[in-house]
Amino acid sequence: MNSIILRTATRFTLPLLLLFAIVVLLQGHNKPGGGFIGGLIAAAAFSLHALAFDPAETRRVIRIDLRTLIGAGLVTALVSGFIPMVQGKTFMTGVWTKVPVAMGEPLKVGTPLLFDLGVFMVVVGITLLMVLTLLEPEEKTD
Amino acid sequence: MELLFAIIAGVLFAAGLYLMLRRSILKLVMGLVLIGHSANITIFTAGGLTRARSAIIAPDATTLPAGSADPLPQALILTAIVISFGVLAFAIVLVSRAWQEVGNDDTDQFAETDR
Amino acid sequence: MSLLVLLPVLIPLCVAALSMVAWRSLVLQRVLGTLGSVALLVSAVALLLHVDREGILALQMGSWPAPFGITFVADRMGAIMTVLAGATGVATFLYSPASVDERRQRLFYYPLLSVLLAGVCGAFLTGDIFNLYVWFEVLLMSSFVLLALGGERPQLEGAIKYVTLNLISSVLFLIAVGILYGAVGTLNMADLALKVAQAEDKGVITAVSVLFMAAFGIKSAAFPLFFWLPSSYHTPPFAVSAIFAGLLTKVGVYALIRVFTTIFTQDTAYTHTILLIGAGLTMVTGVLGAAAQFEFRRVLSFHIVSQIGYMIMGLALYTPLALAGAVFYIMHHIIVKANLFFIAGLAHRIRGTSSLKRAGAVSVYRVSPLTCIIFLVAAMSLAGLPPLSGFFAKLILVRAGLEAESYTIVGVAIVVGLLTLFSMTKIWAEAFWKSPGEAPGESTGGEPAGREHAERTEEPECDSALAGPPTAMMYAVCGGLAVVTVLVGVFAGPVFGLAERTAAELLNNGAYIRAVLGENP
Repeated sequence: MNSIILRTATRFTLPLLLLFAIVVLLQGHNKPGGGFIGGLIAAAAFSLHALAFDPAETRRVIRIDLRTLIGAGLVTALVSGFIPMVQGKTFMTGVWTKVPVAMGEPLKVGTPLLFDLGVFMVVVGITLLMVLTLLEPEEKTD
Repeated sequence: MELLFAIIAGVLFAAGLYLMLRRSILKLVMGLVLIGHSANITIFTAGGLTRARSAIIAPDATTLPAGSADPLPQALILTAIVISFGVLAFAIVLVSRAWQEVGNDDTDQFAETDR
Repeated sequence: MSLLVLLPVLIPLCVAALSMVAWRSLVLQRVLGTLGSVALLVSAVALLLHVDREGILALQMGSWPAPFGITFVADRMGAIMTVLAGATGVATFLYSPASVDERRQRLFYYPLLSVLLAGVCGAFLTGDIFNLYVWFEVLLMSSFVLLALGGERPQLEGAIKYVTLNLISSVLFLIAVGILYGAVGTLNMADLALKVAQAEDKGVITAVSVLFMAAFGIKSAAFPLFFWLPSSYHTPPFAVSAIFAGLLTKVGVYALIRVFTTIFTQDTAYTHTILLIGAGLTMVTGVLGAAAQFEFRRVLSFHIVSQIGYMIMGLALYTPLALAGAVFYIMHHIIVKANLFFIAGLAHRIRGTSSLKRAGAVSVYRVSPLTCIIFLVAAMSLAGLPPLSGFFAKLILVRAGLEAESYTIVGVAIVVGLLTLFSMTKIWAEAFWKSPGEAPGESTGGEPAGREHAERTEEPECDSALAGPPTAMMYAVCGGLAVVTVLVGVFAGPVFGLAERTAAELLNNGAYIRAVLGENP
């Protein structure tokens, strides 16, 4: 698609959408949101980019290879399950710790967040892999 | 309310089945989507419909207030939606590849492996 | 110790994640996958030994108590199935490099295989019926991609049927789960067993159980819901169809056995009669379908269908001996069936074709007697000749049928066994025995070589296999599995003992309920 309006708009909305995706990812534990939805929003943002420019350009913007992203996400999610086992708890039990922050209350960080982060990466990777494959005229085999 | 939802589920299922019985692979995929929705609505209805009380425990309480919605069917549906999203994405890629390969979306052209 | 329940799921998941990260190196993926499947097999054997000695093992994920949390349970049935999954997994990973071309391997072949194994093991070990659905979807998703991987036309055609029918089955399963939850308010299998037994409205429960029967019937390819299987299993590379043939339908059978022994026992006169009729028809249609086929893997695919009938027959008779027979049959069948598909790949490499009508490039019998011996062991075991594993499996079922005085099904089972022998002889004669010069159909006699058939042999063959002589690893895998078949036959006594204990455990769900919900549920 070759539309200057869409391209210009995408340049502005892409960072905003990605920011929104991260907000949704982070608020997921207590409010509506989470890794899956955040990942979908991020994937939608990149899909918009792929429509406005072209899939090759989008792959360049993402920088990380999507396959690596999926793998890293899976590993992250699995690691979050193993962390409680170090403390002798069952697989996937939520473990929380407080991280002191310069201003305000200490931040509660836990393994569910890590799990969500992994889900986020997997969802972005798989969704984009499918969308970009469909958008690209000839399938890439390697 | 239950009756309405039951009818909706039934209509969705029937429409999905009808689409799947057509000879077009594109309609086949649409039929799969509709049948999936029908299943979700069935779970939703079977889990019990309640109004206006979301399943969130108040900060000072330890249990759900009485009369609030059952969160489990919602979780089940969410999972089912996520799964059907993945399956659908795959089905679309499959159908588009098949269309490229066969050059036709008539399901009768896909009968070679049945012989 | 309870972590042992989780290992068969966690190991392949971790391997899948790691081999995804290592997508650049096929060698690394291969090594990871093979080591992972060996580790899976070892952990599964350890699990089986533990469960057999100490009783059912349960684990609550994330420390949420049952029936609220996600439960993993390993009883003898689940543990046996996991061991078989591990064994098939090892064989497939070893066989794959020789059977799947590099282009396909690059398209996430190895991670997908690992995910498939994780899904299969998850389905065997989960204690929650909705999680069973999730694991089904995990294994289905990876099997969809594995089936279509490479995108040749027959594969795509087969995949469309496979995907559609399996998705319909998933939807039925989901609807059944929803209605069941609405009726009794729980999804934990142990809790379900309790609540279903106490439920007042038996009619709803029976209706739901029939929905489950239809859903799992599609997945296990029972009559009349089997059409997706023979039109798709012969299209992907041999290694893929071998692991499908070995494991996927058996997950459906496992689910049937689990649901209709642990949970739905409220109206066995009704549900198990349907199962029994279905079992008989499945056997007959499967074996007759096979008799009409002239492609190596299509014959075998129809035989999967007919063998599924035997397993369901064991479940349907619902006596301790019959269930033991079903368990024994599953153990025998997974090994033999996967092996036959592996051998099909071997024979394809030697002859250059999988068609039984087209004469191969060479006579397999002359070139490679070893292949012939391996095939004979597997094929005769499938047909049920003593002293191989299939004989004992059929013997137990026939004996159970006679004891239950279901003479019709016994008759069907015996006749179908004979027809299986006919099919195997057909493959033997056409694919292994015959010299290249002989005209097709000569040695079986019955098939007129009319013009219509001459046209049909021109149909595109699914050449997803690599060319060239078979590698040593292919022989090793097929030979190894053949040895296992012989061993199951030789040590039929101990194996039957295990099957009997499994059946006793399945028929008495008290221990299962106690293991999950604690002593006083």
